[in-house]
Amino acid sequence: MVIKFNIENLNIWFGSIHALKQVSVGVQANEILSIIGPSNSGKTTFLRMLNRLNDLSQNFKMNGSVKLEQEDIRNIDTELLRKKVGMVFALPLPLPLSIFDNVAYGVRMHDRKNKKILGEIVEASLKEAYLWEEVKDRLNESAFKLSGGQQQRLCIARTLAIEPEVILFDEPCSGLDPISTAKVEDAMVKLKQKYTIVLVTNNVKQAARVGDRTAFFLNGELIELDKTDKMFTAPLDKRTDGYIRGKFG
Amino acid sequence: MRKLKELIIEKVILICGLASIFFVVLIFLFLLKEGLAVFKIVSPFKFLFGKSWYPISEPPQLGILPLVLGSLLVTVGAVIISIPIGVGCAIYIAEIAPLKIKEALKTGIELLTAIPSVVLGFIGMVTLVPLAKNIFHIPTGLTALSGSIMLAFMAMPTIVSIAEDALYSVPKTYKEGALALGATHWQAIWRVMLPAASSGILAAVMLGIGRVIGETMAVMMITGNAAVIPSSILAPVRTLTATIAAEMGEAVVGSEHYFALFAIGIVLFVISFAINVTADLFLHKRQ
Repeated sequence: MVIKFNIENLNIWFGSIHALKQVSVGVQANEILSIIGPSNSGKTTFLRMLNRLNDLSQNFKMNGSVKLEQEDIRNIDTELLRKKVGMVFALPLPLPLSIFDNVAYGVRMHDRKNKKILGEIVEASLKEAYLWEEVKDRLNESAFKLSGGQQQRLCIARTLAIEPEVILFDEPCSGLDPISTAKVEDAMVKLKQKYTIVLVTNNVKQAARVGDRTAFFLNGELIELDKTDKMFTAPLDKRTDGYIRGKFG
Repeated sequence: MRKLKELIIEKVILICGLASIFFVVLIFLFLLKEGLAVFKIVSPFKFLFGKSWYPISEPPQLGILPLVLGSLLVTVGAVIISIPIGVGCAIYIAEIAPLKIKEALKTGIELLTAIPSVVLGFIGMVTLVPLAKNIFHIPTGLTALSGSIMLAFMAMPTIVSIAEDALYSVPKTYKEGALALGATHWQAIWRVMLPAASSGILAAVMLGIGRVIGETMAVMMITGNAAVIPSSILAPVRTLTATIAAEMGEAVVGSEHYFALFAIGIVLFVISFAINVTADLFLHKRQ
């Protein structure tokens, strides 16, 4: 197993709030690692650490180490890191541009490509995100005309277009109906052949459906991390069991 | 008893509300009545596009083109100076400045609004005017350019504070979305934040222009007040507002000159009204 991200003894504070405590996780290549836990358990903070979005917050402090393929992410140029580690947010967030330009946006930003190559990249990315069939005849329409589920898959395509190695999903289905959710989940499962995926979700069942391994966070601590099958049938910790069964959180 | 009290209060508030409309209408009607009278003497076309303004010669020549051009030149100059600085300042405050500097800058800009225009005019007169004269080697520093620079200072607070509001109200997620795709901070500002805030920024600019075009005191003091068609930005000009302020005291009530000044008032009113409506349209588009 190749370790993509290696996180050791990570502590994060926002001001006086200790958001993550001594967390150590290895994210394996080509797996879907689901992260579950109640609100304020630090799961989103953990995710936003991996592409350094936490740095935007005032009073952010950390210690410990986060390594992407043996290299400390603080030594990697931020823009390059975020190109390698893409992110899909909770709310679909198309830019006020056409469908085509939304997908091409990130590519254009990193380097100029000629029209033909750009077109190919956009098409390939939309196919990978299972959106191509639905939008191929209206690429020049505004992205806001798409439905919520389509917008979310557009955001996935946009992330894929810059050829990341890891994709972070931050509750990608929280605003979607069950059918759109199923489509996004399908896309994720197919994507793991090429990419490494870290998925933060509030939906325990979603973690059970798509995750290879699952991590349970509570109050900033990593309580348990194991194969999804095992976690959902025989969790080691009582708190994990309680959360999965819906007893709290 | 309580019902009666309610009723009285309701009526009083109603009257207050109506009063403001009533006064506006009254002022507008008065302006129209006094101003439109001038068109018995000169045609509207000759009034708007006449090249000379000699209101007290015999017969009077009442062409306001030089004044309109004067106003336009000063305003355009002020806008060209104040937009880049104002929007740049707004971006700095909204996006880049650390909290402490942000607070200091905002207070400073509010203070800038509090300076009376006559004081600004006075300061401009003793600093800017001699400076312009020496730099450009021109006979007088009382030029359209001096006026533009001074007015740019007056438009800046409006532009900065409204544009900063517009930038601040762009959802954080937009910026994070762009950054997560690997955009640099500037790329995120330029390609995402600014377009998303564009209607608010345009409204800010329009309101800034509105402030500039209606300003009287400072321009009167430092633009030289020559009612001729300006040959360049380094020539003295006279604006519409300054003309009214300077000449109304001497105009004989009921004379052609008097009516002409009111007609200038109408022109100004129409311009400000148009600008305010445009700004409003942009602001509402945002919401």
